[in-house]
Amino acid sequence: MRRSYVRALGAAALAVAMVGAAGCQDTGGGETTASGDCGGKIAIFGAFTGDNAGLVLPSLNGAKLAVKQFNEKNSNCKVTLQEFDTQGDPAVATPFANQIAGDNSFLGVIGGHFSGESDATMPIYQAAGLAMVSPSATRADLTQKGNKSFFRVVGNDGTQAGAVATYLKSQNAAKVFTIDDGSAYGAGITAELAKNIGSTLAGTDKIQEKQAQFDATISKIKAAQADFVFYGGYTREAAPLVKQMRAAGIQAKFVGPDGLYDPAFPKGASGGAEGAIITCPCLPADKAGGTFSADYQKEFGQAPGSYGAEGFDGAQIYLDAFKDGKKTRADILAYVKAYDKQGVSKYIKFDDKGDVDPSKVVIWAYQIKGEEISALQELKLS
Amino acid sequence: MHFDELIGHLGQHTVDGLSKGAIYALIALGYTLVYGVLRLINFAHSEVFMVGTFAVLGLWTAFGVKNNPPIGQAVLFLVLGLIAAAIASGGTALAIERIAYRPLRRKNAPPLIFLITAIGISLVLVEVFGLLLPDVAGGALPTLFGRARQIVGMPTIIQQETLLQIGNTAITNIQLIVFVSAVVMMALLDWFINRTRYGRGVRAVAQNPETAALMGVNQERVIMLIFMLGGIMAGAAALLWSMRFGFTQNSIGFVLGLKAFTAAVLGGIGNLRGALVGGLFLGIVEVYGATLFASNWEDVIAFVVLIVVLMFRPTGLLGESLGRARA
Amino acid sequence: MIDKIRSADRRRVSMLTSVGDRFRALPKWQQAAAIVALVAFLYYLPLLGIPGLTWLRTDSIAGGNNWAGVLFVCAIYVLVAIGLNVVVGLAGLLDLGYIGFFAIGAYSVALFGSVNSPVVKWIQQEFDLPPTWAVTWAVCLLLSIVLTLISGVLLGWPTLRLRGDYLAIVTLGFGEIIRIVARNATGLTNGPQGISAIPGPEGPPSGDNKVFGLIDAKPWYWLAITMVLLMVFLVRRLEHSRVGRAWLAVREDEDAAAVMGVYPFKAKLWAFAIGAALGGLSGFLFGSRNAFIDPTQFNANLSILFVAMVVVGGSGNMIGVSLGAVLLAYLPERFREVADYRWLAFGLAMVLVMILRPQGLIPSRRRARELKDRAAAAEEAPAHV
Repeated sequence: MRRSYVRALGAAALAVAMVGAAGCQDTGGGETTASGDCGGKIAIFGAFTGDNAGLVLPSLNGAKLAVKQFNEKNSNCKVTLQEFDTQGDPAVATPFANQIAGDNSFLGVIGGHFSGESDATMPIYQAAGLAMVSPSATRADLTQKGNKSFFRVVGNDGTQAGAVATYLKSQNAAKVFTIDDGSAYGAGITAELAKNIGSTLAGTDKIQEKQAQFDATISKIKAAQADFVFYGGYTREAAPLVKQMRAAGIQAKFVGPDGLYDPAFPKGASGGAEGAIITCPCLPADKAGGTFSADYQKEFGQAPGSYGAEGFDGAQIYLDAFKDGKKTRADILAYVKAYDKQGVSKYIKFDDKGDVDPSKVVIWAYQIKGEEISALQELKLS
Repeated sequence: MHFDELIGHLGQHTVDGLSKGAIYALIALGYTLVYGVLRLINFAHSEVFMVGTFAVLGLWTAFGVKNNPPIGQAVLFLVLGLIAAAIASGGTALAIERIAYRPLRRKNAPPLIFLITAIGISLVLVEVFGLLLPDVAGGALPTLFGRARQIVGMPTIIQQETLLQIGNTAITNIQLIVFVSAVVMMALLDWFINRTRYGRGVRAVAQNPETAALMGVNQERVIMLIFMLGGIMAGAAALLWSMRFGFTQNSIGFVLGLKAFTAAVLGGIGNLRGALVGGLFLGIVEVYGATLFASNWEDVIAFVVLIVVLMFRPTGLLGESLGRARA
Repeated sequence: MIDKIRSADRRRVSMLTSVGDRFRALPKWQQAAAIVALVAFLYYLPLLGIPGLTWLRTDSIAGGNNWAGVLFVCAIYVLVAIGLNVVVGLAGLLDLGYIGFFAIGAYSVALFGSVNSPVVKWIQQEFDLPPTWAVTWAVCLLLSIVLTLISGVLLGWPTLRLRGDYLAIVTLGFGEIIRIVARNATGLTNGPQGISAIPGPEGPPSGDNKVFGLIDAKPWYWLAITMVLLMVFLVRRLEHSRVGRAWLAVREDEDAAAVMGVYPFKAKLWAFAIGAALGGLSGFLFGSRNAFIDPTQFNANLSILFVAMVVVGGSGNMIGVSLGAVLLAYLPERFREVADYRWLAFGLAMVLVMILRPQGLIPSRRRARELKDRAAAAEEAPAHV
């Protein structure tokens, strides 16, 4: 009997403690960074681990490099870059957005890196008055939703598809066969391309992710007698596809978007990808502004991959804002909106929807030579 | 719907389907053997196959094989690759049996527990090959395994050529090799199970473990034998895969294993010939379906066919048996 | 080493059971008080600020996730685990496609509740409705439960007559079918682009919402935990009802149950449908809270994670499976440094738990007894496989 009293007392004491603690709880955020004259905190979110990390890490590295260089040059400013790893999953990105939006020390956001996570979190950042600069979310309709705080330093799928269409036209493509992987990115860019190439579209197929055998697709390409094959998607499916196409004797030229701008693509196809064309809204290393490529190489021991320059530019916008003495979310948002400067990847100036001025987007065609992705030519937009 | 395309090239699609199904069938054998004797789904079998492809990759990389070697070398590399894959896959299967299944068998755990253990093993193997291998190997083995989470290419050992042209149906040398080797492996296994002393032991345990034990059949040995045989078949499939598709990745097992298991169930799990029939049937259905609709409906078609077949023939096309039919 | 783990484990279990026994021995009012305290604590969790316990919060680390947001995920996973427990733990049916029901639940609120969905747009056009019209949240809630219930019956009807192992593969296939259809049927589901602006209780997501706003996730957690408590109560009632006893009977020996007058197929179908509805409910909350879904969020890995939650926690025991769900959802968030190794850790955990403690961390008494009986039978007849 006595024991149960003790327990009841204990429970009551615990309840009191809890209620008491509830009164003085901290919300976990709220603490402001003690910064000098200028500086602040930026959040960057994206798939930094998981299967798609390879596409996103260069951008994170680019942003890190920009912040590091800034902090070295401006000892009175202390800018911190906080990374949030979403694994590319919109459902993980949402609570992160709650966290970043609720923590007033964050003044700007770089991300999302994929279109899905950007779409999911845009309303939250807008409600918090935070600017969002995406280095790599390319889905065309992201900027068509009336969102006031979303910007991207990368051309959208429509722009790239337009450039691909002009390229195909300049090569006198008569019969184009398009294939996509049914992902938001691959299907999106392929649909945009189909709008642009009109009657030269000779046939289409959709494959599924992790597919290995493409006999049915290859039969369709053969039946269509295509002279160009466009594949919208990523390396995993593209490498075996192009290899099997070549083995089956299809001579059609293989064209793919920046999802294939990945050293694993020629390696994965082990020779099959020779001569394939990859378009990318990214500048070749030697054309990129300033010393970015060399610095990146020095810092991370490898060449900046896809979106490395965009990540750098995304961070640079905020760094310029801090340098300019902007200290509130509203000021920074206004600053981003009015940004007008040469960046590393391209000239950056946003239109009223948040897309970078289409005339400033640069799209390059690259060609696979051996295991190298070598720059071929700059593509005209439309 | 592309009916005209399907009908117009029916022969071609059938050939494509058969060569696709042959690999399913070889992997399906592993499921069927284990199921026939132990009545459990070795969910980790897909990873046994994956390990085999990495063994082939490792061997070919170590020998510095280039694209399209001369025919003598090509045969040598194929044989060596087969040995490496069979050892790696058979060894993995045995290791799984020893580490995971044996303690469970001792406790007479229900099938659910086996299945979940197998799923766990499968996850561990996928992740080990995806993450740890490149990390542990560090700078020592980067060219051997690359970033295994990404796709890794392998050299083309045999150039694909059209061997036979019948009407508008072309049969390539690779398709023929894949199909013939699969059928030969299968026939060998069938002979082994049905005609040899060891095979008799396997059938005996499959029929009635207790009586078999009384008759002096060493059960543990039989179980090890079937895991090893299943592993060797997966190794053979891994070699054929490497020759035909020329790439691997840590995660290739899951989808393939799912299809192979579907094939085994379609044919009648526990039935060796059923695995062949199920695999070929599934391969053909998939290619027909992908032609008729689009390739992205392939998996849906495969699973719908599975559900429909099971509704009307709950024990698969040929029925279940490892011990019963021929014993 | 393993022996050490085993004996430590045995001690822990005996402690757990003795806690359970002592709890049951307490007077009614004290039991009630303890439960009230626990419930109060659950509601208080998102505000957790007890000194010494704040390290539990996921936002206590740099780059950590929103605490209330993580708690919400834990809560809906608990809901999933409770639902899957009905199927796996109580009725003994292995369902590897539970994500399919979760997806149907999420898609039903998205398709009928969001103004961006093709379905809503089509209805607007057909019936001349204003472009802001969509099915209200509460109706979507009903819809998602009804739709998942129906899909559970539709899947169960042809497949539940199959033996357990076949069921596993068929359900796995079902989960994949749902995901691939969501991805390919662009005209119906928007395909890979996903659907945004999924409504909450106060209507479409908006910064002006008073309670379920965009920035604060706490109300969502409170909503989810309320649903969880409600469902725990309901499932508990069900477990001790005629249906619940039928499930156990079928799980332990189907033939014997049939002889005793339990119709196994009906019992299984009930379990399947109820499990599906619970999965649908959690999917509904998931879609509603995130306000955005796309097919990549429903892949087969999650099905496996769900099964892992149930078996690691202790299938058949609601407290056990809830613990499993919380652990598997919470640990990777709190210890983000191992994020890249999370699937490896899940795999290892599954293998170790199954080999060392097949009944799970907090086992159901009945289940533990069953396993013990089987192990004893194995010792008596070592020849049996």
